[in-house]
Amino acid sequence: MNLTLILFIILATVAVVSAIGLLVSRNTVYAALFLVINYASVAVFYLLLGAPFIALVQVTVYAGAIMVLFLFVIMLLGADKLPKATVLPWQRPVAIGLAALLLVEGVFLFFQRLKTISTPLANPDAAVNTTESLRTLGMALFNQYLLPFEVTSILLLVAMVGVIVLTKKEKGEQG
Amino acid sequence: MAGTIPLSYYLAISAVLFTMGSLGVLVRRNPLIIFMSVELMLNSANLAFVAFARSFNVLTGQIFVFFVMTVAAAEVAVGLALIVIIFRNKHSIDVDLMSNLKG
Repeated sequence: MNLTLILFIILATVAVVSAIGLLVSRNTVYAALFLVINYASVAVFYLLLGAPFIALVQVTVYAGAIMVLFLFVIMLLGADKLPKATVLPWQRPVAIGLAALLLVEGVFLFFQRLKTISTPLANPDAAVNTTESLRTLGMALFNQYLLPFEVTSILLLVAMVGVIVLTKKEKGEQG
Repeated sequence: MAGTIPLSYYLAISAVLFTMGSLGVLVRRNPLIIFMSVELMLNSANLAFVAFARSFNVLTGQIFVFFVMTVAAAEVAVGLALIVIIFRNKHSIDVDLMSNLKG
């Protein structure tokens, strides 16, 4: 049992436990903080997989920007502690059963092709090739994938305009 | 530090996280938490992408993850704006109350 595997197991535990915490916490702020922990552990997974750029984007965009947006809306609405909603009695067991079915199905599909996926990943040549991999990623992004990249900017612009239009108060409307 | 973890481990953790996300969408009634669960699912898909990119030694997976993250950011902005409007009109954000279009 080597060091990487121990690290992987610890990270996997943190990720799964924080996901469970997100599911069961009554307070929305706690749920958001559990999600931040989950994002951080997944970012370390990306580092283990030799993708430092994706790991840092994960931390800045997801754990930084998106979660701040979530927390801002939670506090704006005062929705951190909502009254207990009326729950359909059969909803929870049915949901858990369907989710278990989904898990079994996914794991079955993955492990049916066990030969392809059980080969240990090659050594990521960490630290040595970080600069080089960043350079390759940038070259691919701005050459081969330039059009999708530009379309992304239009998507962000549309989202921004859409949000401003949606939340703008009409004249004379009481907010 | 040798990278001796098989790809299947990453796929398994990705599957577990995706299931957690879908369970959250099914069980919870608070749209904010439903949103967070959707983010969790996107995140687990990203993890699978990066793991496959590492396995096949191509960069396309990482670039796709980059685009998924951008789309997720746009989606969260619009979705939270919708939640704010609904809260302004109804003074509650329980998903059971959002049934205005029901025939």
